Amino acid sequence: MTDVRVDVPKAAAPLAETGEAQFGDYVALLKPRVMSLVVFTALVGLLVAPGALHPIEALAAIIFIALGAGASGALNMWWDADIDRIMKRTSRRPIPAGKIAPSEAMALGFALSGISVIMLWLATNALAAALLAFTIFFYAVIYSMWLKRATPQNIVIGGAAGAFPPMIGWVAVTGHVSLEACLMFMLIFMWTPPHFWALALFMKSDYHKANVPMLTVTHGRKATRAHILVYTIALVPFALAAGFTSIGGPVYLTLALGLNLMFVQGAVAIWRRDEARAEADSYATEKRVFRFSLAYLFVLFGAILAERVLALIPAYAQFAAQFHILEVF
Amino acid sequence: MAITREHDLHRRRAGRNIGLAVVLVAFIALVFGLTIAKVSGGGALQAYDHSYRPAMDPDNVRFPQR
Repeated sequence: MTDVRVDVPKAAAPLAETGEAQFGDYVALLKPRVMSLVVFTALVGLLVAPGALHPIEALAAIIFIALGAGASGALNMWWDADIDRIMKRTSRRPIPAGKIAPSEAMALGFALSGISVIMLWLATNALAAALLAFTIFFYAVIYSMWLKRATPQNIVIGGAAGAFPPMIGWVAVTGHVSLEACLMFMLIFMWTPPHFWALALFMKSDYHKANVPMLTVTHGRKATRAHILVYTIALVPFALAAGFTSIGGPVYLTLALGLNLMFVQGAVAIWRRDEARAEADSYATEKRVFRFSLAYLFVLFGAILAERVLALIPAYAQFAAQFHILEVF
Repeated sequence: MAITREHDLHRRRAGRNIGLAVVLVAFIALVFGLTIAKVSGGGALQAYDHSYRPAMDPDNVRFPQR
């Protein structure tokens, strides 16, 4: 696949006059919806890890992981203010709306990055803090500054930034990276491309207008549909493999089997459709798969957490242990 | 000298000033809680009052430490 570089001038249009920002505008700068997913997945990683943290340490770990994610969100909004202004979906963000100056967002992003990493280090351990620092760097620099405007594979590689939180939660407790942490990482990493490409299919004009080399723009919608199917199929082994480690069990495996089957069915439905059919029903299938993908991730991580709770019942823990065949590695 | 005249700026920024105050107080409370959790290591804390207390002496054979 050929990477296509699209240069978007940083000063494409003058910034709107900066007005009086309210507290909520600063919160919006931290991408609270992304933070909520980060909090949930990091919390699952932290709770299912072997060992235990003091409740205050656990609370601090979750807060500072979320703050780190928010910091990278602020840096992303600072860097992408020019294209955010063009895209309808992002045009009301605090910087393009003229409520917060770009320099202010940058300063907030850097300050919160430093605070979150140092505080996570003090609250838990150096490896967790290093992973958080790398996540912020990956999202702000590798994804936002480099890949997003350079390659249609931006979503694939950039998805790693969103995949780190459960691993950081796990490492905050254990102090080391293990197979379970890697599988939780891979679950989000492989889930991200079909999730965002489904969104890109029905938000096509936005990415096109902003000259962001989304796969739909550079390789066409037919190729995007094929990519969604390939990545959804590639996601399945990772989702199922997690069920055979210490974080899985019969409940997780049952749900994973059903959800992956439904996800693949949705991806096949997207792949089989052409643009005429999709436009005729206003991208109903694409929208349905996009919404389903959100539920998919939420339920799977919920199932990982449920396995941990159910393992408190000795009889269930004994039964579930029979499924943990990957623990020998 | 106290501010006696309320400017429009004060009213417009009241929300974010209160928000920032709440965040800072929450941060202080979290750091305090974290300090207690780290220092105590899950156990109870005993204050040292500059007088010898046999129960706190790790070398005192009459009071073996845990």
